[in-house]
Amino acid sequence: MSAVLDRERVETPFRRFVSQFSESKLALLGLAVMVLIILAAIFASWITPQNPYDLAQLDIMDGRLPPGSVSGGGFTHLLGTDDQGRDMYSGILYGLRISLIVGVGSAIMAGAIGSSLGLLSAYVGGRADSAIMRVVDLQLSFPAILVALIILAFLGKGVLNVVLALVIVEWAYYARPVRGTALVERRREYIEAAECLALSRSRILFRHLLPNCLPPLIVIGTQQVARAIALEATLSFLGLGVPITEPSLGLLIANGYQYMLSGKYWISFYPGIALLVTIVAINLVGDQLRDVLNPRLQR
Amino acid sequence: MTTWFIRRLIQAVFVMLAMTVIVFVGVFGIGDPIEILISPEADQAERLRAIMALGLDKPLWEQYLVFLHGVMHGDLGRSFVFNEPSLRLIAQRMPATLELAITAVLLSVVVGIPLGLYAGLYPDAASSRAIMAGSILGFSLPTFWVGLMFIMVFAVQLGWLPSTGRGETASLFGVQWSFLTVDGLRHMILPALNLSLFNISLVLRLTRSGVRETVLMDYVKFARAKGLSPRRVIFVHVLKNIMIPVVTVVGLQFGSTIAFSVVTESVFAWPGMGKLIIDSINVLDRPVIVAYLMMVVLLFIGANLVVDILYTVLDPRVRLEGR
Repeated sequence: MSAVLDRERVETPFRRFVSQFSESKLALLGLAVMVLIILAAIFASWITPQNPYDLAQLDIMDGRLPPGSVSGGGFTHLLGTDDQGRDMYSGILYGLRISLIVGVGSAIMAGAIGSSLGLLSAYVGGRADSAIMRVVDLQLSFPAILVALIILAFLGKGVLNVVLALVIVEWAYYARPVRGTALVERRREYIEAAECLALSRSRILFRHLLPNCLPPLIVIGTQQVARAIALEATLSFLGLGVPITEPSLGLLIANGYQYMLSGKYWISFYPGIALLVTIVAINLVGDQLRDVLNPRLQR
Repeated sequence: MTTWFIRRLIQAVFVMLAMTVIVFVGVFGIGDPIEILISPEADQAERLRAIMALGLDKPLWEQYLVFLHGVMHGDLGRSFVFNEPSLRLIAQRMPATLELAITAVLLSVVVGIPLGLYAGLYPDAASSRAIMAGSILGFSLPTFWVGLMFIMVFAVQLGWLPSTGRGETASLFGVQWSFLTVDGLRHMILPALNLSLFNISLVLRLTRSGVRETVLMDYVKFARAKGLSPRRVIFVHVLKNIMIPVVTVVGLQFGSTIAFSVVTESVFAWPGMGKLIIDSINVLDRPVIVAYLMMVVLLFIGANLVVDILYTVLDPRVRLEGR
C-alpha cells in the first residue's frame, strides 16, 4: 500500500511537467482537440465515406449539394459537396492530412537547420556567428509572406516548393532563440568538462549543448507548426501552393470562394473552420508549453 | 546625426543592391519564360525573334548589367503580357494598394490604442479579458479566411457593404483614389479592416503592456499625488511615454502591411499591385515580378529609415546619444 503511494509521490521532471501543463483547462482542451485532429487526419481513409482524390468515386451530378443531402452513392454528405461533387467532410480530412504534413514537415526541417546553425553560431562565435546572425536579422526584417512569395516566384508551384519556401522562411525563427540559450549554456561547467575530455565538436554540440536548449526549441516548434499551416493555407489560397489534385485546406477554401457570393457558403466555410480549430488548438498548447517551460516563471 | 544618417543611407543602398542581385538571379536564372510566352506552334525563326526581342539570348551577367542599368533609369523592362513598361504597370496599381495599407495602419492606431489603453487600465474587467481574447484571434486567424468571413457575413448575408472592387474613384493629383468618394469608402471598409486586424491586435497588446508598466512608475504616482486630473495623467504622462514603441512598431508594420495586402487584395478583388503580382507569378511575367519586388523592398527600406528618424525625434535619449 505504502509502496504504491510512494511511487506516486516521487516527482520526476516529466510528472512535474504534466501536472503544470494540466493546470490550464484550456490548454488540455487544446491538446485533446489537437490529438483528435491528428488521429482524424491519419485515419482519414477509414472514417470518410469517399476518397476525394479518386476520380472514379466522384460524381459531378452530386456537385454543390448543401450539407445533409444524400448522394447518388447512397451516403449522406454531412458537410455538403463542392463543385466537383467531392464530399466536403472527406475532402477536409484528406486536406488536413496535407496541411499537417506540410506544416509539421517544414517545421521539423526548419527546426533542424535553424537550431543547428544557432548552436554552431553560439559555440563557434566570431565571424561565423556574426555572419549567420546578420542573415537572420535581414530575413526576420522581411515579412514571411514576402519571402515566401519571392521564393515561389522563383521556383514555381508544387508541394515540395512550398515546403522549401516554408523552411527558408522559418529557420531564422529557430536560429536566434537557440543561439541565445546556447550562449548561456556554453559557459556552464559541463561544456567545459566535455571540452576537457576532448570530445568531438559535433558530440558536444548535439549531445551536450542541444538537449539543454530543448525547452525554447519545443515552444518555438509548436508555434511554427501553426504558423506554417496558416502560411501554407494562405499560399494555396493564392494559387501558389499545392496542386489542385491534392487540395490542402487552403485550396479547398479557395475552390469555394467563387461560390460564396451565390450563398453556397459550405464549400469554403467548413474547411475554414477545420483550419481555424487546428491553428487555435496548436496555439493553445504552445502558449501553455511556453508558460510551463519558461525558466523565469519556474515555481 | 548627419554621419549617422549618411551611414544609414549607404546601408539602405547596399541592401537594395543585394536585393537586385537576389531577385535577378532568382527570377531570371530559374524558370523558363520561353515555354510560356511563345506559342508552341511558332516556328524556329519566330521563336528566335521573340527571344531576341526579350533579350533572353544574352548571358546572365550581361542581362543583369542591362537590368541594373535599367533600374538606375527607372526602366525595369516591359511586361511580357501587357507589353507595357512594368514600372508603369506597378505605378498604376500602387495608389490602390497604398490607400488600403495606409487606411489599415491608421485603423490599427485609431482602434488599437484606445482598446489597449482600456485593457491596460482595467486589466481585470471582463471586457478587457474579452478584448485580449479577441486580440489572440486577430493574431492567429489567417487573413484570407477572416476576409472570406467578412464577405460572407457583411456582403452576402446582410448585404450592407460591397464585397469586391474599388468602387467609384475621384481624381487627386492626377491619380484615382477611392477614399474621396462615398462609394469608394464603402468599398474600402471591409478590405481595410481585414488588412488591419493583425496590426490592431499588435498595437493593442503593445499599448496594454506599456500602460500596465507605466502606471506603476513613480512619475505617474507623483502626477496623481499632485492632484492632476486622471485624464491629464493618462493622456499626457502615460500615453506620451508608450508612444515610442507603438510608433516604431506601426512604422515597421507598414512594410508588412503592403506585403500582406497581396492576400487581402486577392480576396476582395482590390485592383492593387498585390493582385497584379499574383497574376504575374502565375504566368511568369518576370519584369513585373521584378518591378514589384524592387518597389516593395524600396518601400520597406524607406519605411524603416523613416522609423529610425522618427525614433530620434520622439526619444530625446537617442538624440543625445548621437551627439
